[in-house]
Amino acid sequence: MNTQSRTVPESFESQGIAPAALPATRPLYWSVRRELWENRSIYIAPLAVAAVALFAFSISSIVGIWEKPLRLNPAHSQTPYDLAAGLLMLTGIVVSVFYCLDALSGERRDRSILFWKSLPVSDVTTVLAKASIPLVVLPLLIFAIIVAMHWLMLLVSSAVLLVGGQSVATLWTNFSFFRMSLALFYHLVTAHALWPFPIYCWLLLVSGWARRATFLWAALPLVAIAGVEQIVFHTWHFAVLVGGRLIGNAPAFESTPGDMFPTDPMIHITPGHFLISPGLWIGLVIAAAFLAAAVRLRRYQGPI
Amino acid sequence: MACIEARGLRKSFGTTIALDGINLRVEEGRILGLIGPNGAGKTTALNAIIGLTPYQGELRVLGRDPWTERDQLMRDVCFIADVAVLPRWLRVSQALDYVAGVHPQFNRAKAEAFLARTTIRRTSKVQELSKGMVAQLHLALVMAVDAKLLVLDEPTLGLDILYRKQFYDSLLNDYFDRSRTIVVATHQVEEVEHVLTDLMFINRGRIVFDCSMEEVESRYLEVLVHPEHLASARALRPIHERQVFGRGMLLFDRVDRQQLAALGDVRTPGIADLFVAVIGNQAGETQGAAV
Repeated sequence: MNTQSRTVPESFESQGIAPAALPATRPLYWSVRRELWENRSIYIAPLAVAAVALFAFSISSIVGIWEKPLRLNPAHSQTPYDLAAGLLMLTGIVVSVFYCLDALSGERRDRSILFWKSLPVSDVTTVLAKASIPLVVLPLLIFAIIVAMHWLMLLVSSAVLLVGGQSVATLWTNFSFFRMSLALFYHLVTAHALWPFPIYCWLLLVSGWARRATFLWAALPLVAIAGVEQIVFHTWHFAVLVGGRLIGNAPAFESTPGDMFPTDPMIHITPGHFLISPGLWIGLVIAAAFLAAAVRLRRYQGPI
Repeated sequence: MACIEARGLRKSFGTTIALDGINLRVEEGRILGLIGPNGAGKTTALNAIIGLTPYQGELRVLGRDPWTERDQLMRDVCFIADVAVLPRWLRVSQALDYVAGVHPQFNRAKAEAFLARTTIRRTSKVQELSKGMVAQLHLALVMAVDAKLLVLDEPTLGLDILYRKQFYDSLLNDYFDRSRTIVVATHQVEEVEHVLTDLMFINRGRIVFDCSMEEVESRYLEVLVHPEHLASARALRPIHERQVFGRGMLLFDRVDRQQLAALGDVRTPGIADLFVAVIGNQAGETQGAAV
């Protein structure tokens, strides 16, 4: 693009243009913090959903003291925990989608990109910080919130069982908290972070490119491809592929039909199978390509 | 040692040529005013200097290529676009935290000291501050960075006269120390008039005037000519003529002061008058050429 001159002036070199070097990770850390300042829905939305789920569970349990159909069964207590966890995972997906669609267009729309670019933070660092929200921050946050919520649900059930005169011991022996958390963590990392990552990177790329209506521009090509496939081949492979990616339908588990929830003891995790699945690696390569394009776009684009 | 050096800097958007082969050299320790009408290419030139836009030609800023090395360059360069670029959701304390976090040359205590002289509260969000306060906050952040080059693009746009005056006073008294370089682009020439050491006019993507302020003062004189001397004044080939209170105000380049004093009241022209003369003549020439 521009002709580079080879004459690097000496005095600036000797003055030492790179002083007091910061660790390379510090700009990344602060860039992630800035995303959390700007997009408070990242933690407010899951916390609100968890609070609502907990409230609903408490109501149902307390009413169950008198109403037999709602009564807690200490031997089969898994279902409400899984439902609440599923609700939070869904929240995580929705938050990720909307976050990514706004991540690179918001700063151009309010012209603040001129401020961010006036600081010594590279475009790579900025884009990686934004990509780390759906890949790292949200899964970890959702995990922590679910674990905390499960603890509180367990306390509520124990209290309700005590009041109702039922055995708390049965509940606690049937309930394998540690195993459940481990399975949950595995599920979030595989199915909700790594597997849908190319989708999130696609959304980031579109938000860096589109001047407005980012959702439309992100969805339109996907709908078009799915539509063309249906018309030409009468199949839905592409739609199933994209949808499966988004909801976390990863080959990380061996399940029998009907076992929907990752914490179900009947489900066996298959990390080896997941790690060698071509889908994972092809997805990550595509994600990397989308991210590289997003970095390039951010470099070229100014405020809208 | 040149702080900014450009040779044949070009940039076009589609068929519009924003920069048409600019040559420019800004030495360390200068305060350069880049003055031009709207759409003259000021912002494009500044964006190229701070690595926000790709360009053709040769450009070195502090010895670096701004387009490929923007993030490293920004350790030594500060930039204020206009008052609207601080994000509205940002809190004052967050702004301090963030800049302190990412900028190796940022002196937080200095920024805090500057903010202490204002009415800005740490807990406020940018959207709660007035335009003038946002400019103060941005200036506090920028002045606390030990930068070699400060680039200002219409920094006081939309501010009232008190804030504008304060902005340049702070810049001169608390920031400028003769080893730093400042480039300021504006078309509000009156307020930078007494700040600058160098003056550059840009029009239609070209630099049409490039002169130090000392040179401006020694070269250019403006004479409010007595009507009876008008013909002899015109014979000295003024570069511009305009009417003031029904009398001719003639602008001369390199004409002896004694000689002019005989024709009327002599004074040093303001930047605005010089600008009108230079850019106005240009417009006349192009119109003439078009006819």
